[in-house]
Amino acid sequence: MDSPFGLLAELTYRCPLACPYCSNPVNLAAYCDELATDEWRRVLAEAGDLGVLQCHLSGGEPLLRRDLVELVAHAHDLGLYTNLITSGLGFSRARAGQLRAAGLDHVQVSIQADEPALSDRIAGTPSFQRKIEAMGLVKELGWPLTVNVVLHRQNIDRVGDAVGLAEEAGADRLELANTQYYGWAARNRAGLLPSSAQLAAAEVVVRAARDRLRGRMDIIYVLPDYYSRYPKPCMGGWGTRQLTVTPNGDVLPCPAAHALPLPPASVRQDSLARIWADAPVFTAFRGTDWMPDPCRSCDRRSVDFGGCRCQAFQLTGDAARTDPVCHLSPDHDLIAGAVDAANAGSRADDLPLIPRPHRVRSGSGPAP
Amino acid sequence: MDPTTAVARPGVSDSDRPRLARGVRLTYSRGRQRHVLLRPESVVVLNGSGASILELCDGRRTVAEIVAELGARYRAVPDDEVRQFLARLIARRCVEPAGGRRPADGPGLDADG
Repeated sequence: MDSPFGLLAELTYRCPLACPYCSNPVNLAAYCDELATDEWRRVLAEAGDLGVLQCHLSGGEPLLRRDLVELVAHAHDLGLYTNLITSGLGFSRARAGQLRAAGLDHVQVSIQADEPALSDRIAGTPSFQRKIEAMGLVKELGWPLTVNVVLHRQNIDRVGDAVGLAEEAGADRLELANTQYYGWAARNRAGLLPSSAQLAAAEVVVRAARDRLRGRMDIIYVLPDYYSRYPKPCMGGWGTRQLTVTPNGDVLPCPAAHALPLPPASVRQDSLARIWADAPVFTAFRGTDWMPDPCRSCDRRSVDFGGCRCQAFQLTGDAARTDPVCHLSPDHDLIAGAVDAANAGSRADDLPLIPRPHRVRSGSGPAP
Repeated sequence: MDPTTAVARPGVSDSDRPRLARGVRLTYSRGRQRHVLLRPESVVVLNGSGASILELCDGRRTVAEIVAELGARYRAVPDDEVRQFLARLIARRCVEPAGGRRPADGPGLDADG
């Protein structure tokens, strides 16, 4: 068993945005009882002992945690590389200065489109301008900047303009990630899944931009797995490289794994090291012994690890089946059907999307 | 590595004063007993000589000086290997060549505040 390299610390699921592609759990109310500062400090220390080198601070919107600066300073003192993944809202000059002094290494700012009206519509709140200002502040204070754009049916035609926005913002990295269908995104799949013509056009634009910007800006393009022949090598293998801690202290191999019918493991009951080594949520799909056919006898079993367990469960009700994205999966028609629907000539273009709520009603902790 | 591909990469010249790129950190992983380069979203696990080279990339020493210093320390590190290693990390944007310019204020990450 290897040591994990990265910890995704989902500090809170509260968020000022309401993006319909959000991968947070649909039952947000179950995560109101957030870990206290001391609990997070312990988690970070245990993660460092376990071999974790990078700490990604995410959510929801991590800036909604009043103790964010303290947690960054603690992670930094432990020698962890700290990466803030933010909507940009709440990234004030004062807060940014404190985070810089606390040793924050890197900032990723999301934007929903290059164009204010569309970006604000997808985000569900006026936010475009504040995001641009946050990007400026990241650069001004000397951090490397990553701009994140989640791509889907309603913004992928403008991917070239998104590259232009990132260039203008002085981004060092641009992540163009096709939507992955978990959480709220799964609910909104019909409205979000692009057509194959849209994807083909976007790939031409992205490839040209990558060549043009080589050496200046790295462009990471996350492929849409629904259109792939083989599944993605999810998380680099189950329980191999990464772990996620949710706002209430559940420990998961990936942020979507809360949905799986496995007994939950919590930092409130056990140490991170014991959970990583022994908890069923980590051991169930580690390695290749769990695999059914066609994975079991496939040459690619150590390349893509059977794909995504969460996607298999979501689509087939059995987490131990081959990811239906794989063209060899006996369940592949589940993917083919969704793709056919996305390409049907008769299809309405802008299906209504369900926004995820900003925050849950019984919410603990401070409002934005 | 194939030496012919190294030639085509953005080269390093002897007068460059390489340093870690902004947002990249060199640290030691106790559990793995290896030095590692930490970047947003990735970790590069280094072997012993890689770590020795990078520890000298302080933005002050030139490539020629780094090669000379390593040559004195370990007779077994060939010059070309050092240059190829640096060229690879420059291509991956882990290291900045920083030209012949001498940075005003120290190596690596920009100072806070």
